[in-house]
Amino acid sequence: MTQKVAITAQNIIKAFGQGATALRALDDVSVDIATGEFFTLLGPSGCGKTTLLRLIAGFEMPTAGKILIDGADVTEMPPNRRPVNTVFQSYALFPHLTVAENIGFGLKMQGRPQAEVKATTAEMLALVKLDAMADRKTSQLSGGQQQRVALARALAPRPKVLLLDEPLSALDLKLRKEMQVELKRLQLETGITFVFVTHDQEEALTMSDRIAVMSAGKVQQVGAPRDIYTRPVNRFVASFIGETNFLPVTATQQGARLSTGDVIAAEGQGTVLIVRPEQLRLGPAGVGAGLAATVTGVVYFGTDIHVNLALSDGTSLTARVPSPVDGGADFTTGQPVAVTFQPGAARLIRE
Amino acid sequence: MSPAEQSQRRKSTRNGWLLSAPALTLLFLAASGPLLIVLVYSFLTPGQYGNVVWEFSLDGWVGILFTRDIFDGTTNLADAHLTIFWRSVKLSLMTTALTFALGFPTAWFIATRPPAQRAMWLFLITIPFWTNLLIRTFAINEVIRNEGLMNTVLIGAGLISEPIRIINTDTAVFIGMAYVYLPLMVLPLFAAIDRFDMKLLEAGYDLYASRLQVLRHVILPIVKPGIIAGSILVFVPSLGAYVTPRVLGGGKNMMIGNFIELQFGQGRNWPLGAALSMALLLIVMAALLIYVRASTKGNNPHG
Ligand SMILES: Nc1ncnc2c1ncn2[C@@H]1O[C@H](COP(=O)(O)OP(=O)(O)OP(=O)(O)O)[C@@H](O)[C@H]1O
Ligand SMILES: [Mg+2]
Repeated sequence: MTQKVAITAQNIIKAFGQGATALRALDDVSVDIATGEFFTLLGPSGCGKTTLLRLIAGFEMPTAGKILIDGADVTEMPPNRRPVNTVFQSYALFPHLTVAENIGFGLKMQGRPQAEVKATTAEMLALVKLDAMADRKTSQLSGGQQQRVALARALAPRPKVLLLDEPLSALDLKLRKEMQVELKRLQLETGITFVFVTHDQEEALTMSDRIAVMSAGKVQQVGAPRDIYTRPVNRFVASFIGETNFLPVTATQQGARLSTGDVIAAEGQGTVLIVRPEQLRLGPAGVGAGLAATVTGVVYFGTDIHVNLALSDGTSLTARVPSPVDGGADFTTGQPVAVTFQPGAARLIRE
Repeated sequence: MSPAEQSQRRKSTRNGWLLSAPALTLLFLAASGPLLIVLVYSFLTPGQYGNVVWEFSLDGWVGILFTRDIFDGTTNLADAHLTIFWRSVKLSLMTTALTFALGFPTAWFIATRPPAQRAMWLFLITIPFWTNLLIRTFAINEVIRNEGLMNTVLIGAGLISEPIRIINTDTAVFIGMAYVYLPLMVLPLFAAIDRFDMKLLEAGYDLYASRLQVLRHVILPIVKPGIIAGSILVFVPSLGAYVTPRVLGGGKNMMIGNFIELQFGQGRNWPLGAALSMALLLIVMAALLIYVRASTKGNNPHG
C-alpha cells in the first residue's frame, strides 16, 4: 500500500435541521484514507456512516469542514464532477436499461467514444462474470447478480475511489460470504480505493486494510483490524468489536488493582481493565498464581465453551476455552478455579 | 389437479360466463348500438329537413374531404374542411405540449412533497372538475375577453393602452383547452413520478450525468408511460372538443366537434356528420394504438 492519501475529511461537521433541533450526524470527523486501501466505516445504526459517504460522493454539503480528493478541495464540487462512484445499498440500477447499458452509463455520460464504452463494458461484464446476462433487463436478475451489476457500473468509469454503502446487507448469508471474497478480489485487481460501510464487525475485520469505528457522529478509533481488536481505545470500541470483559480498577505503582484487591500488570492508561474471553486461562484452584473464581455457568458453543465466572467479590467474567472434545478441561457450576491472563492480554482503557 | 377437479373447475368457469351473460350483452349493445347507428347513417342520403333518407350513398364519406361544385358538378378538395381538421390537430397537439410543459413540473412538485401533503395537492388539482365545463369555459372567457379581467387589470396598471384581443381566436381556444385539460395531464404524470425511485437521480449524478442528462436519460424514459397516458388523455378530448372552441373561438374558429354539430343542425347533412364522427373515432383509435405500442415496448422482457 502506498502512503498517498486518496481522501481527506477535515473536521467535518454535518448538522441536519436548524437551531435547537439541529442534529449533528457528524461531529468533527477527520480521517485520511490512503490510495489503494480497503477502508471500512464501522458503527451502529445512525452513527453517521452513510452521511460521511454521501459527503464524499457530493450528495450532501458539510456544515463545516473540508473534503479533499487526491489533495484537491472538492467540498463545493457537484457529484457528477467528482472522480468517485457509489454502489448504493438498494443498488439503484436503471430499470429501463439493460445490464450492459447500465454498466456503460457512466462512460456514456462522460462522452467517451462508443468503441471505448463497448470495450470497457465487455471488460466489466467479464470482471463480474455476467457476460451471459449483458442484454437482460436488470429486473430479471437475482439479488446477487444485481449487486454485481451495481459494482460493475460503479467500477466502469475507473473512479479514483469507490464508495460502498452496506452493499451486502440485502444478501443472504451464503451469498454475502461469496460477495465478500468477490469484492476483495475486485479491489485487488483494480487497485481502486474502496470506502466500505458496514455495521457488521466480522465483515469489517475480515475485509479491511483499516477500519474507522464510529459512534454518535464521531470517529472513535482508526486502525488496522488487529490494532482495533487488540488495542481498542475506549469502552465503545472494545464492546462493539468482539466480546470483552470489563473490570473496574484503580491504578497503583505495581499495576492495576482489581476490586478484589489483586494487582495485575496491564498496558495502557485508564480506569477500566479489559481482557478478551479467549485470553483467559482456567486452572485448578489453589495451584500456582491466578485470581480465585467460581464457575457460575457453562455454555457449549461447539468449537469452544463459554465459562461464566464470579470473582471472590462477585465481579463477573467470561472465559472462552477449548471444548472438552478437543482436549480441553470441562467445568461444572460451583467449581472453584484459578483465572490467569495470557501475557499482554490485559489492557487499561479510558471509560 | 385430478381430472374430476379439472372438469369441476371448467364447469364453474362456464357457469361464471353464463351468469354474467345478460350484463355483458347489455354492455355490448350499449357500446356498439349507437356506434352502429352512426355507421349506418354515414352511408345514407341526407333528407330535406335534416334526418336521413334510406338510400345508400357514399357522399357522406366523400364529403369529409371533397365538395361538389353546385354549378359545374366538379369535385374539389374542400379547403374549408381541411382548415378545420388542421386547426383541430394543431390546437390539440399544442394543448398536449403546453399541458405537458406545465403539468410535468407540477406533477414533480406534488410527487416530491411529504406524503401527508400530497393528498392535499392532488385534491387542489382536481377542484376544477367540480364545476361544469361550460361554466369553467365562460370563466376563462370572462378573464380573457377584450373588456375582461386580464385586459382591465393590464390597462388599469398602465402596462398596455389597447386591450389584448385574443378572444375569438385560436389562441383563446388554445388557452382554454390547456386550462380545462391540465389536470388530465397532471394526474397520470403524478402516478408515474410517484413510482419513480428518487435514488436513481443520485445514481445518475454519481455517474457523471448533468442535470439535463439525468432528465433526458433517466427521468423521462422511466416516466414515459405516464407521459404517453397524459398525452392521450389530453389529445383525444382536445381533438373532439366542442364547448371550448364554441365559447372562446366564436363562431368562426371551428374544430371538428363544432363542425360535426353543424352538420346535424343548420347544415342538415346527417350522413356527413356521421361520417365525420366515424373518422374522428378512427383517428382516436389510431392514437390509442400508438399509445399501447409505445407503452408496452419498454416493458417487454423479450423486446
Ligand atoms: N436527510 C436527513 N435529514 C435529517 N436527518 C438525517 C438525514 N440523513 C441522516 N440523518 C440523521 O443523521 C444520523 C446519521 O444517519 P446515517 O444515515 O448517516 O446513519 P448510518 O450510520 O448510515 O446508519 P445505518 O447503519 O442505519 O444506515 C441519523 O440520526 C439520521 O437520522
Ligand atoms: Mg446507512
